[in-house]
Amino acid sequence: MMRLASVALVLGAWEWAGRKPVSPAFPAFSETMAAAWAMLLDGSLPAAVGITLAPLVLGIAISALLGIAAGVAMGLSSKAEWLGVPVFIVLQAAPLAALIPLLVLAYGVGLTSKVMTVCIMAVPVIVLNSFKAIRHTPVSMVEMGRAFLGSRRQLIAKIILPAASPIIFAGLRLGLAAGFIGAVLAELLISPTGIGDLITYNQSIADYPKMFAAIATVILLSVLFIGALDRVEATLFRPEKRGTR
Amino acid sequence: MTAAILPLAPAPAPEPMVSVRGITKTYPGGVEALSGIDLDFPRGELTALLGPSGCGKTTLLKIIAGLLPATKGEVLVDGRKVSGPGPERAFVFQDFALLPWATVLRNVAFGLELRGVARSEREAIAERHVAEVGLKGFEKRYPHELSGGMRQRVGLARALAVNAEVLLMDEPFSAVDEQTRRKFQEDLLSLVANQRKTFLFVTHSIEEAVYVASRVVLLSRRPSRVSQVIAPDIARDMAPDRIRRHPAYLDAVESIWQGLKQYVD
Ligand SMILES: Nc1ncnc2c1ncn2[C@@H]1O[C@H](COP(=O)(O)OP(=O)(O)O)[C@@H](O)[C@H]1O
Ligand SMILES: [Mg+2]
Repeated sequence: MMRLASVALVLGAWEWAGRKPVSPAFPAFSETMAAAWAMLLDGSLPAAVGITLAPLVLGIAISALLGIAAGVAMGLSSKAEWLGVPVFIVLQAAPLAALIPLLVLAYGVGLTSKVMTVCIMAVPVIVLNSFKAIRHTPVSMVEMGRAFLGSRRQLIAKIILPAASPIIFAGLRLGLAAGFIGAVLAELLISPTGIGDLITYNQSIADYPKMFAAIATVILLSVLFIGALDRVEATLFRPEKRGTR
Repeated sequence: MTAAILPLAPAPAPEPMVSVRGITKTYPGGVEALSGIDLDFPRGELTALLGPSGCGKTTLLKIIAGLLPATKGEVLVDGRKVSGPGPERAFVFQDFALLPWATVLRNVAFGLELRGVARSEREAIAERHVAEVGLKGFEKRYPHELSGGMRQRVGLARALAVNAEVLLMDEPFSAVDEQTRRKFQEDLLSLVANQRKTFLFVTHSIEEAVYVASRVVLLSRRPSRVSQVIAPDIARDMAPDRIRRHPAYLDAVESIWQGLKQYVD
């Protein structure tokens, strides 16, 4: 209910600012929706979403797999921590977008570069959150597992990973958001395709409602993905959270 | 009735269930928590470990549990030296240590799950113990839906479910409210009477120790030694309110207080 109200408030403000108008380049919510509807009907928006999602989904899948594996390993073994943590802290702090020209140099303007862009944006935050999550397992829960004769493997599978899952998933959510930025950035900086192309093209011909429709689509997709992630977490690891949200 | 004639040579005492020999514990960093503890815990009895906060009660219990290595000394359980946790000991944690993502039933069955007992079997056992601690009907609930007292009942049921001979309880009732605590203490007495298990019970409450324990071990301030062992002479089959008003109960509380007073600033 509160969520609906806050969404309505933001959209209302958007409509008001667009009609005033704050800037000639800022369309109202209704104009943007009309443009989105037109692009949906002529098929340009679905086609663009499909193109953008390919590197995004691929990149996120790779980042999640590698990132969680690396983070969990660093959390469980002090050797892996010693090796990995400094690297990822530097990576997280670095302006990774600056690496994109290098990627293009190495891998060209195709899918590989775009997937890599998504990965370098998403991996550090996923790794560091997974690492922190493992390190913050309540000591007494692990002690309980030892007292009741759990093996190392059982402790990891039945206690440490489920206990860490909320923070790991928080990292995945942040990684996903960063991955979206990476995917759009790749389309703006590497080669204009998909939604990035819609944004640049419509900007160049000053069709601002269409440009904003493309941007709004990215945001909507991002929200949908994050919602799906919450669902996955609750079903896989934390049944006690089902229904309480 | 005439006074019993004491035999000159008493029958050899039965072997203690748990015996602690010269246990010393110095934490890395130099905190000396325990200094040469020697103790025997008789079978089938509840012994309370009582001492000022921070004196090393938890440390001693965790060493007996095999969760913490001692710096010096050894622990024998049923005559065998322990080097880690074992199936004959079960632990009840001060903070309950329940899995928040597991139902009451799974939490109670968790010790059996770790031992590889088949699901239907362990759940049947767990169901019995859930009922035994008075939580029938709550099997499908999650810990966050329970009160503190109920959570500790889950912790107790989990320890009972693995059918260990020794129950190690670290201030199990300290995080529950006073009324619940009294009910717990009464339930614990019937548990001790019915279960034929050996209980090691850590507490910082003098009244609680005297009420539930047949022997009370007083630990001194850090580095901890055994300063006194008191065996309150109270028949445990009396009604709870009669125990709490019994002269022997009141005397024991008073004499323990006199013994502990010196450690209070
Ligand atoms: N892991 C640890 N490292 C260093 N010192 C510790 C550790 N655990 C406990 N201690 C210290 O050892 C002493 C005894 O602690 P503890 O056994 O928890 O006492 P109690 O249970 O009697 O309150 C305390 O002074 C505590 O600060
Ligand atoms: Mg303690």
